[in-house]
Amino acid sequence: MSAAATALTGKSAERFRFWDSPIGKKAVMAATGFILFGFVTGHMLGNLQIYLGPEKLDAYAEFLQQTKGLLWGARITLLICVALHVTAAIQLALLQKKARPQAYVKKTSAGSSYASRTMYWSGPILLAFIVFHLLHFTTGQAHPDFQHGAVYRNVVTGFQSAPASLFYIVAMLLLGAHLYHGIWSMFQSVGINHPKYTPVFKKLAALMAAVLVGGNVSIPVAVMTGLIR
Amino acid sequence: MKLTLHIWRQKNASSPGKMVRYETDANEHMSFLEMLDVLNEGLIAKGEEPVAFDHDCREGICGSCGFVINGVAHGPLPSTTVCQLHMRHFKDGDELYLEPWRAAAFPVIKDLVVDRSAFDRIIAAGGYISVSTGSAVDANALPVRKKDSDMAMDAAQCIGCGACVAACPNASASLFLSAKMSHLGLLPQGQPERMERALNMVAAANEGLFGSCTNIGECEAVCPKGIRLEFIARMNRDFLKAAWTFRQERVESD
Ligand code: HEM
Ligand code: FES
Repeated sequence: MSAAATALTGKSAERFRFWDSPIGKKAVMAATGFILFGFVTGHMLGNLQIYLGPEKLDAYAEFLQQTKGLLWGARITLLICVALHVTAAIQLALLQKKARPQAYVKKTSAGSSYASRTMYWSGPILLAFIVFHLLHFTTGQAHPDFQHGAVYRNVVTGFQSAPASLFYIVAMLLLGAHLYHGIWSMFQSVGINHPKYTPVFKKLAALMAAVLVGGNVSIPVAVMTGLIR
Repeated sequence: MKLTLHIWRQKNASSPGKMVRYETDANEHMSFLEMLDVLNEGLIAKGEEPVAFDHDCREGICGSCGFVINGVAHGPLPSTTVCQLHMRHFKDGDELYLEPWRAAAFPVIKDLVVDRSAFDRIIAAGGYISVSTGSAVDANALPVRKKDSDMAMDAAQCIGCGACVAACPNASASLFLSAKMSHLGLLPQGQPERMERALNMVAAANEGLFGSCTNIGECEAVCPKGIRLEFIARMNRDFLKAAWTFRQERVESD
């Protein structure tokens, strides 16, 4: 093999292995994306208990706070996943910039979804959302009137602010777009593609994206319309 | 039919280049390259520099031709190289933008001609099988499943034109790499070097400054030979397996 250095790591081809390659990084993005997707689904199901009233939701939050091992286990896992997912995204975005230094004067898409072409936009905005969301409902700095443990009340007062609700709704639409492509793409990234199963993955991705957007968006909408107070 | 063309004119690899507007006449029986031939004859008659573009077979099998027409590699007709694209697919008065493949890995040499030797370096890194020369083995000595030989033939359709790289928003060569790897990796003759092939070809693509695949599918949509994303998944599978399990023999050199 040539002694030329590879673009992602500067290593020679002989030493070019898993994490050095775009394919290895994409496999890590798929695995971490899968875990994040699982979390987002569970998180939504938990949150939908808001429709069962303050006692149910606050008791659920209390239960999560009590099981310290589980709570911190989940937090650390998620933090590692986000760190790996974002690191790979940044490195691949930099590679993309190097690989196409000059843009086309005219570029038309010949057959890809809008969601798939905007992964490098929906992702970073989701990261900003995650930071805001934690400051808003977990630690409270971004909340107008935060009270520890009063989850139901914090959600209602939090979403009474129209800009906050709007940001949540936009962020959830972007999460939907991210997962509309991401949920089937993660299979492709780890090498699973079959004419029998890939169309099913794509349908599943669209369905899950719609369910997640619908479920999550319903909460700020319910507060804004006074359905939940 | 009358056409307005905006063509990327670039004198050589180091000059900047720009879009230049031309008016030309064509008839519907011409291929796209013949339309450009006519434009060039007019330019030569006027003492101007003709538009440079790559071509050889003009029958869609060699992979020499290719540029971007109105933002789509090889133009609007699916599964067709520009040499096989006929002017009947355009209308009188159309305004067309012609640009070279744009990728760091494919530097422009002149106008619409790019240097695709990065593909040759990828092939040199692993796009081959090693066989003993001498008398040929009996054709039926080695059984191959029909499904595998069909798929290997599908992958072997790749003519290495580079449209996949041109169309990819990341300028990734994944469709090309995966076609070459699958074509050899699906057949018994390709097995001995299968793992090294995956590792070395992926490394060579990264050396060549190709980008990373995001499974978008623009490549599949423009490929003149119908190479499918399914092959990219095969490549990912081979590479991931090789990266996890490959044992490196260290040759001490001093
Ligand atoms: C709730 C949070 C998130 C979930 C559930 C999620 C999920 C996913 C999934 C399943 C994929 C597909 C992986 C693949 O094709 O192999 C993906 C890809 C991607 N994610 Fe995320 N992600 C999240 C947050 C983020 C963040 C915060 C960023 C960026 C800062 C990001 C950037 C990307 C990018 C750029 C891709 C495309 C990678 C590619 O196709 O090459 N994601 N994500
Ligand atoms: S000139 Fe040979 S494929 Fe077009």
